[in-house]
Amino acid sequence: MNSRRTFLAASAGAIAGVALAPGVRLIELASGRSPEAAASAKNRWGMLVDTTRCMDGCTACVSACATENHLISHGRPRTDAQWIRKVELRDKRSGHAFAAPVMCQHCAEPPCVDVCPTGASFKRADGVVLVDRHICIGCRYCMMACPYKARSFVHEETHDQNPDVPRGKGTVESCTFCVHRIDRGGVPACVEACAKDGGGALVFGDLNDPASEIAKRVAVEPTSAIRADLKLGTAVRYRGI
Amino acid sequence: MASVIFRELEGRQGYWGTLALIGVFLALGALAFFTMEHAGHWITGMDNQTVWGVPHVFAVFLIVAASGALNVASTASVFGKKIYKPLAPLSALLALALLAGGLAVLVLDLGRPDRLIVAATTYNFKSIFALNIILYSGFFAIVGAYLWFMLERRMQPFSHTAGVAAFIWRLTLTTGTGSIFGFLVAREAYDTALLAPMFIVFSFAYGTALYLVVLIAACTADGRPLGARVLDRLTHLLGVFVAGSFYFTVVFHLTNLYITRTHGIERFVLLDGGIHTALFWLGQVGIGYVLPLILIFSPGSMSRGRVLTACTMIVLGGLAQMYVTIIGAQAYPLDIFPGYEVKSSFFDGEVHGYVPSAWELMLGVGGIAVAAALVVVALRVLRLLPERLDDASVSAWEAH
Repeated sequence: MNSRRTFLAASAGAIAGVALAPGVRLIELASGRSPEAAASAKNRWGMLVDTTRCMDGCTACVSACATENHLISHGRPRTDAQWIRKVELRDKRSGHAFAAPVMCQHCAEPPCVDVCPTGASFKRADGVVLVDRHICIGCRYCMMACPYKARSFVHEETHDQNPDVPRGKGTVESCTFCVHRIDRGGVPACVEACAKDGGGALVFGDLNDPASEIAKRVAVEPTSAIRADLKLGTAVRYRGI
Repeated sequence: MASVIFRELEGRQGYWGTLALIGVFLALGALAFFTMEHAGHWITGMDNQTVWGVPHVFAVFLIVAASGALNVASTASVFGKKIYKPLAPLSALLALALLAGGLAVLVLDLGRPDRLIVAATTYNFKSIFALNIILYSGFFAIVGAYLWFMLERRMQPFSHTAGVAAFIWRLTLTTGTGSIFGFLVAREAYDTALLAPMFIVFSFAYGTALYLVVLIAACTADGRPLGARVLDRLTHLLGVFVAGSFYFTVVFHLTNLYITRTHGIERFVLLDGGIHTALFWLGQVGIGYVLPLILIFSPGSMSRGRVLTACTMIVLGGLAQMYVTIIGAQAYPLDIFPGYEVKSSFFDGEVHGYVPSAWELMLGVGGIAVAAALVVVALRVLRLLPERLDDASVSAWEAH
């Protein structure tokens, strides 16, 4: 009697397992992301800039960005595109000096997206702010609206482009968080370069994933947003400012 | 109105000469556009720090003036001032022409002017720029209809309604133009709703000044009598608008002087901003407000020369105002890290120098040429201007 009952229970368990397992597997698959899948609001890509580890004289992040995105200088600094720049800061009262890389802050409420007449400036579901080069008319209103001076206008012909990063004369562009890399599971070029050749000042990851390094660090370390008074919900956090 | 006879301008030698001269500026504007479009914007004075330059100064000035040029028509139709009724068609024509000239400059300065169709078909309705595209198109439609109703005898019963609609639309349009700047929270020189009503008052002054210039030029060229009555009334109205502009400018800067975080930009504009300080005090305030007010409100009758001088000063002051408003605000560095001295390869923390290129000036003047060409041709082919504007005729139609 007992063995029969055990057998029935085991069989029921096995049948349930067989029936449910594919469903469970499907849920698992759905929460992962294939390269073809659309960006998901489950992720909120972000960056932590630890200014205490940003080394003097190092511009590894800036060079890596230019190489990755084929931002070729024409020797005209006022019109050449810069997606990331190293800003040297000195506290007016204390004299304390340090540096911080500044790029598009990938705001949750981006002013560039608000003002763009055609909707070329847009925010992906995962919070990455981009420019659709097909419908950007080059009005530069987004550049007027950006509080971080993060955007550049392409002032002249572009050559030797990276196929992953199309650019075009007469349109506006800015840091994409190397979206072509993160969609393949990688990290932005600047982060990779800073870890390899710099002080490891840049940490990239999913702020929504409590297990990610960035989420763990911003939870315990004192970090802040730049121009936090504007309440734009930036995805880039700074330590040491 | 029945007693007023409208007539086209006569096509004498002066007409073709004027058109030829305008044609030269149109050609220069076209050359500038094609050159900038071909080479890219690096050949201009604009860069990643000063993203809007002299083309925008001309474009915004013309667009603001377009709304103001409708003053005379609005005063006639909305406020029922009979003296202005025969002057209304020219007012509507000038409004359309100035808007066309301003938009031409704005569009031809785009990075991708070939994508105009995208701007006309793909809208982000949260963008004040996108709303302005609708407001500009609506302005053409409403003022165009208004002009037609005034000219077509059968449609004249509807001209009052069209005039009221045009009046409301133009106020909305200039509110939109002012808000392009007013809604930019990032820049300390803007970020105030005051810019919208201030732009409306500016538009009254700039538009009326240009109207008077065109009226005097047309009457002089065609040998038509233009009495002191019309000139006195219009010029005094203009004086009130200039005083209003001055008032708004004072309030705007006093407000900023009261708010500690805007002290930096105020110091820049009012004291140590170089070209911007000079253009503010000498251009906007001196030439744009003080001297015209003295000219307009000094005793004695308004001669054509005196009115023209005052109007030219108001227009030049207006261009100076737009330069300070648009370029001065960008020259002053963004305060990304309050409390810190900053420097970078992207010119953070520096006052941005800007020297307009010849291309930009040519494009801007080309926009004025577009407006001028439209006015000159329309006055030649359409019956827009009364045959006589002498005091006796004016009194007669006012009593009618």
